[in-house]
Amino acid sequence: MAAVRKPKIAVWKFASCDGCQLSLLDCEDELLSVVGAVEIANFPEATRAVVKGPYDISLVEGSITTPHDEERIHTIRRSSKLLITIGACATSGGIQALRNFKNVADFIPMVYAKPEYIETLSKSTPINDHVFVDFQLRGCPINKLQLVEVLNAFLNRRKPVTPAHGVCMECKRRGTVCVMVANGTPCLGPVTLAGCGALCPAYDRGCYGCFGPKETPNTTSMSAGWTALGVTEPELVRAFRSFNAYAEAFRKESEAHER
Amino acid sequence: MNAKTIKVDVLARVEGEGGLFVRVRDQRVTEVKLNIFEPPRFFEAFLRGRKFNEAPDITARICGICPVAYQMSSCHAAEEAFGVHIEGPIRELRRLLYCGEWIESHALHIYMLHAPDFLGYEDVIRMAKDHPDAVQRGLRLKKIGNQIMTVVGGREIHPINVRVGGFYKAPSKPQLKGLTEDLKWARDAAVETCHWVSTFTFPDFQRDYEFVALRHPDEYPLNEGRLVSSKGLDIPIQEYEQHFAEEHHKHSNALHSALLERGSYFVGPLARYNLNFDKLTPLAQKAARTAGLAATCRNPFQGILVRAVETVYACEEALRIIGHYEVPDKPFVDVTPRVAIGHGCTEAPRGILYHRYRYDDRGLILNAKIVPPTSQNLKAMEEDLSEFVSARLHLPNDRLQWQCEQAIRNYDPCISCATHFLKLRVERE
Repeated sequence: MAAVRKPKIAVWKFASCDGCQLSLLDCEDELLSVVGAVEIANFPEATRAVVKGPYDISLVEGSITTPHDEERIHTIRRSSKLLITIGACATSGGIQALRNFKNVADFIPMVYAKPEYIETLSKSTPINDHVFVDFQLRGCPINKLQLVEVLNAFLNRRKPVTPAHGVCMECKRRGTVCVMVANGTPCLGPVTLAGCGALCPAYDRGCYGCFGPKETPNTTSMSAGWTALGVTEPELVRAFRSFNAYAEAFRKESEAHER
Repeated sequence: MNAKTIKVDVLARVEGEGGLFVRVRDQRVTEVKLNIFEPPRFFEAFLRGRKFNEAPDITARICGICPVAYQMSSCHAAEEAFGVHIEGPIRELRRLLYCGEWIESHALHIYMLHAPDFLGYEDVIRMAKDHPDAVQRGLRLKKIGNQIMTVVGGREIHPINVRVGGFYKAPSKPQLKGLTEDLKWARDAAVETCHWVSTFTFPDFQRDYEFVALRHPDEYPLNEGRLVSSKGLDIPIQEYEQHFAEEHHKHSNALHSALLERGSYFVGPLARYNLNFDKLTPLAQKAARTAGLAATCRNPFQGILVRAVETVYACEEALRIIGHYEVPDKPFVDVTPRVAIGHGCTEAPRGILYHRYRYDDRGLILNAKIVPPTSQNLKAMEEDLSEFVSARLHLPNDRLQWQCEQAIRNYDPCISCATHFLKLRVERE
């Protein structure tokens, strides 16, 4: 095949901590080959150069929390052939979606001296509540190796290989003894999507769900297991309300324990 | 007449999103604004009602670049409140983890975010074509910082191994020993970084800053110390709020932190260096002197050089800790919550990060206050710009704009951190 132009990649940021796009810069070994294979067309964290769209791939970090961003995401979608969301903020609303369970008007004066300066939406919502998303990469933060896999897959027009199963499977593969069964440590592993490598149990702590719900999670059963270990209802609510609080399965389960 | 504006809609190579606005009229700078349009995320608000032991993981999410700083300040706050002081190997492991974050963050800033300004490139990717060896050195240095975070913390972004009282699991001796050879390379590479950076041309610029940093009797500050300044401040961190306040100016786009007595101040590597030069290792001091730095440096453009010196220190400190590491009997100290207020102030790569929490008898957070380093530097950054631009009005606009951006990047600003400060108003002419 004749030489083709390099695919144009753009990185966009909404409400977030920057950690997921940092994952791209954290690919120290792969970075120079990745950027050799593509044209970085918009990536403010890394470059002051900006190339106009349309873009072959847009990576979107962060959640929608302001009226301005609500509009901006549509502009980005229109100029992107493929739109991939990276991280818990972009795929479930992130930690800032904790506002969704409260009245945001009460939040503002707790932080800001002049609330009238603050323009914000009542809810923090994931990108696919607003536009069509071609692929969602989960995690708080994302796993950088998964990011390389996803980019590789889309650049080569194949489906990314990312698991749909839970963290439990990763513990078994890794040979980690179950912290819940062996130590009675409450663990969200049974309902949480794999991808991190089952880190927390390997460090003697329970999974805290930063990759969000796995496919068909049985949250009710898991909560019963936690209750048997002495976990209280408010503690269950908090456990499901962290970095993926507004992901449907976690949201419903937390609400079930609030009643 | 003769009016001009410098407007940078999206400031690049900083963490988070902000813009820059300078208005010049009749050869005089009339207005300088750093627009911070990161959306607010309300961390202090939703921390209310969360348990003390959730704060390290939650506040880490304020910043993906310096999560360890947030974890450390929140842990120290809870430990102070509940009457626990961490000593011995757990304390050393915390310093080691922090060294990892410093090395990673400093290498990122020096090589990928700031050096391109000095060498005239839009970014590190373009710079890599002409300076492949330097960029490879920077990437490996950064990777070694990340390796420390991965071994001690579980992963490099939002480590999972930190808890109030210590760690969930202590690394084994062989795990830490495995870092030694890489760290020796990193130490030498950091010294080389000092030489490399010292060949840059630094704009001639300085102001009479008040530098603020932690100071500890026995060590270069990371986790603990008193708050001191170059103009005589010397207080325990518990008195922070009696001396510093956040101001919400009507015409300012961000909440600024200021010293009540004297106004703007400067935190970060330059401040730490100036107030703690005597605590650096002999090798780090030598690297500084060889690079042409005196024991005091007031030129913010040389911050990149001071970061390189601190990287030498962080590598040596990590090697020291690894060299005498003994696995603690238990990786954490138990804490019992009580009604109390706790303070934490630690040295994030870009300066002091202050946390204060009030807890109830069950350890639930009643209220929280978090002051990140970038918000403390905002006032100094705007003042820098005002003075910097005034002396360079003869420059063509694109050149001046780039230099303004470079002046902001001196502070390695982390706008994601500073977002509990947003005021979104973009001035258009």
